Amino acid sequence: MYLSVVLLPFPIQWGLGGTCVNVGCIPKKLMHQAALLGEALKDSKNYGWETPEKVQHNWDTLKNAVQDHIGSLNWNYRVQLRDKSVTYINGYAEFTDRHTIKTVNKRNKVQTFKAEKILLATGMRPRYPDIPGVKEFAITSDDLFSLRYCPGKTLTIGASYVSLECAGFLTGMGLDVTVMVRSILLRGFDQQMADMIGTYMEKHGTHFLRKCVPTRIEQIEEGTPPLLRVYYKKTDDPQEFSIDVNTVLMAIGRDACTSEIGLEKTGVLTNPKNGKIPVVNEQTNVPNIYAIGDIMEGGHELTPVAIEAGKLLSRRLYGDSSRQCDYINVPTTVFTPLEYGAIGYSEEDATDTFGEDNIEVYHAYFQPLEYTVAHRDEAGCYGKIICNKADGDRVVGFHILGPNAGEITQGYAVAMKCGATKEHFDTTIGIHPTCSEVFTTMDVTKASGLDVTTTGC
Amino acid sequence: MTLKTSEVANLWGWATQSNSQITSQSYDLVVIGGGSGGLACAKEAASLDKKVAVLDFVKPSPRGSVWGLGGTCVNVGCIPKKLMHQAALMGQATEDAKHYGWQVPEKIEHSWDTLIEAVQNYVRSLNWGHRVQLNEKKVQYYNGWGMFLDDHTIHAKLKDGKEEILHAKNIVIATGMRPRYPSEISGAIEHCISSDDIFSLRKPPGKTLIVGGSYVALETAGFLQGLGFPTTVMVRSICLRGFDQQMSGLVTDHLSGEVGVDILWKSVPLSVNKQTDDSLTVRWRDESCKEHEDQFDTVLFAIGRDPQTRNIGLGNTGVQLAPNGKIVGFAEQSSVSHIYAVGDILQGGKTPVAIKAGKLLAHRIFGASEKYFDYSSVPTTVFTPLEFSSVGLSEESAIERFGEENLEVYHSFYTPLEFTVSSRPASSCYIKAICEKKGKQEILGLHLTGPNAGEIMQGFAVAFRCGLSFEDLSESCGIHPTSAEEIVKLNITKSSGEDPTVSGC
Repeated sequence: MYLSVVLLPFPIQWGLGGTCVNVGCIPKKLMHQAALLGEALKDSKNYGWETPEKVQHNWDTLKNAVQDHIGSLNWNYRVQLRDKSVTYINGYAEFTDRHTIKTVNKRNKVQTFKAEKILLATGMRPRYPDIPGVKEFAITSDDLFSLRYCPGKTLTIGASYVSLECAGFLTGMGLDVTVMVRSILLRGFDQQMADMIGTYMEKHGTHFLRKCVPTRIEQIEEGTPPLLRVYYKKTDDPQEFSIDVNTVLMAIGRDACTSEIGLEKTGVLTNPKNGKIPVVNEQTNVPNIYAIGDIMEGGHELTPVAIEAGKLLSRRLYGDSSRQCDYINVPTTVFTPLEYGAIGYSEEDATDTFGEDNIEVYHAYFQPLEYTVAHRDEAGCYGKIICNKADGDRVVGFHILGPNAGEITQGYAVAMKCGATKEHFDTTIGIHPTCSEVFTTMDVTKASGLDVTTTGC
Repeated sequence: MTLKTSEVANLWGWATQSNSQITSQSYDLVVIGGGSGGLACAKEAASLDKKVAVLDFVKPSPRGSVWGLGGTCVNVGCIPKKLMHQAALMGQATEDAKHYGWQVPEKIEHSWDTLIEAVQNYVRSLNWGHRVQLNEKKVQYYNGWGMFLDDHTIHAKLKDGKEEILHAKNIVIATGMRPRYPSEISGAIEHCISSDDIFSLRKPPGKTLIVGGSYVALETAGFLQGLGFPTTVMVRSICLRGFDQQMSGLVTDHLSGEVGVDILWKSVPLSVNKQTDDSLTVRWRDESCKEHEDQFDTVLFAIGRDPQTRNIGLGNTGVQLAPNGKIVGFAEQSSVSHIYAVGDILQGGKTPVAIKAGKLLAHRIFGASEKYFDYSSVPTTVFTPLEFSSVGLSEESAIERFGEENLEVYHSFYTPLEFTVSSRPASSCYIKAICEKKGKQEILGLHLTGPNAGEIMQGFAVAFRCGLSFEDLSESCGIHPTSAEEIVKLNITKSSGEDPTVSGC
């Protein structure tokens, strides 16, 4: 039987590949790298390089380089789909019934497809609040990575990792950046770590307006960039303040793209609060319709999870496999200027789930060797492991704040998948000198109250 | 047997002090050698309330280099090496920065002096830190050379000329190693340097020849070339003996290709002569026995290291040495039951091994535990410009032990995302997992070349300790975008013959 798999993305301003490739992980990491290189330029003087005191950054050069790379990825996807004989339609898709989809392309050509099985992977888009001036004058992560002009003085609104990561790399490029947050940073993440990220960013030049919400945005001057005035108030006080900036980046959350695709004609249920689709093993309440990725209720909004889920689903539907996607111990990294890698439970969640008496938290501050000669902040990097005493000291939570956190965290995610206990960590030899080795010699508990600054060699 | 102090003086041909000046002390533990292993053991024993002494003394290198407390790692090993490696990486970063929009001048010069001073300042702060720690833990520190008078007695000749006799219930030898000089090559000892000297070299090394195929040789060549010094490496046979040879090849390909180090394969030096302008003329022989000559500003020998066990009076004890000078023993215990050895003089040296072994040893000696150190599955990293990290067996060892037909090797060539924008070639960034073919496919060896290889491998080393299988690996979720995630995405086997080049997202 001939299987034709059809992909129907929304008509969008970027190429094939979705959020990650175009307006997510990839451009974000490249811009983060640009900011890190700026720091490296400063450090290099201490290492003997006769680097000029102040080095300017050119936004266009970076933006073009990033877009070039994205373009090559878009192209690769087109080629890969062709190689695997997948039909690609660049059109807007809507359900007409459970097995039928109608598409309209850029030239208004309409096509209809019937399918035995349909997989929804429409992802999410940034949310705009209902505030005067936002839709007209604010941008989002959808726009930032291809912005035709340097963003200039920027206000990012939101406490999400999107907001913090963008604020971080823009600060690193030498821009004047402020972050406006309504309450806590990085909701859902370990709050001790979230606070440390905030502290680090403030120490390194990003301004924060805490407990503030925007009320309206006005344009004072047109231009590229324009001059905008953002009015805001504190959450517990009606008095209005304002801040003048060139760019306002809204990063208060993302909405699932499930509302204008005719789902009501299929009977597929969605969560009215967030538009996400509840599933069991990626299957919706309608047996022939599946959902994966960011729109899936209860999932992780992460590229590798979506990729894995998608692959395994296809193998279950059409191959011999019965393997489900494993959503436990999914590692993540927030690419703020000082990166944060995490696996498993936050300290709060571990306490709630296992009980305070059953968890033991080991922790340490550490100083990357490379910071010494560069005379960088001694007390910024930190790691902690959360162990479940009731289960042989199984490691249930891993957190690291430091350079290359993503690279460091990956291996530990595999270790936790293998059921690593504190003893496994302790009996593993460290690789010296690295930051990561601190986890093999972590012997001070939070409970002991002892000083946890690790000395070097 | 206890010698009289006058007999001691006669034995070693030293000027005698009057008897009243040579004092004698008793300790639960005397540690000879204040390096990674020795200090860890001493501090741990002191925390178990034992009376502990540490002797540390650095005999000057042939070029006259000396250093403070802390041993090889702190002074002339891991620490300064990584800082110099970082300095070279920063040079690369300033190049990359241009592609990322930074308006960096075309060429940025490097000041060797600034770097050496910065490195030495940090090393000295570590020396000081160790002195303070020993003090805090009430460990008696002697800056002196220790010699065994008998199984329980050590004579210490201190730096300031004083002498002490130390009586010890238990003794730990942690004297480490020093670079080997080839005595048969004229001019080697007189004119050449080693890793003992490079990190405090007052004059920039200039055009440098490094003799050796060890990780010391390759790492040094990497950072010197990266700092702008034209560097040549002369290798007698292979590089990184004992390491996976396919991986070693990727490291040297990168070193000679992208980095620009000149590698003279299958060549041996014949002589080194100093000219009137202080430059060095080196004559060498290549594999076809043809002789060559060239001028260098600096010649560095990195052909291996010798354990420092020959001149500490071990002949007055029952301690047996292996032909290579290392101490024969089991679980750090020598042939004399209360004399132990830890660190480089016992096993293939690595600081964290010495530290962990040293700590466990202290606990065992003083009855606090029965735990032994497991020397298998120790992860390593070679900090060449293209870093190389591994844990477990090389492919050659795995084939020897298990048979090629029982193995499956998964591999990939990957491109770090950061290389894309800076247009850096990634032809040597490579990962391979050597697995058993049967069942869950237990991973026997994991190898990686690429940036931050050490940081990446550490977590996998913990997984390895848990008995990592290929199934575990492929069921693990990746962190995106990182280089490390490429390890969990491995899926192409060598046996399939498929092109292992993977694209990113």
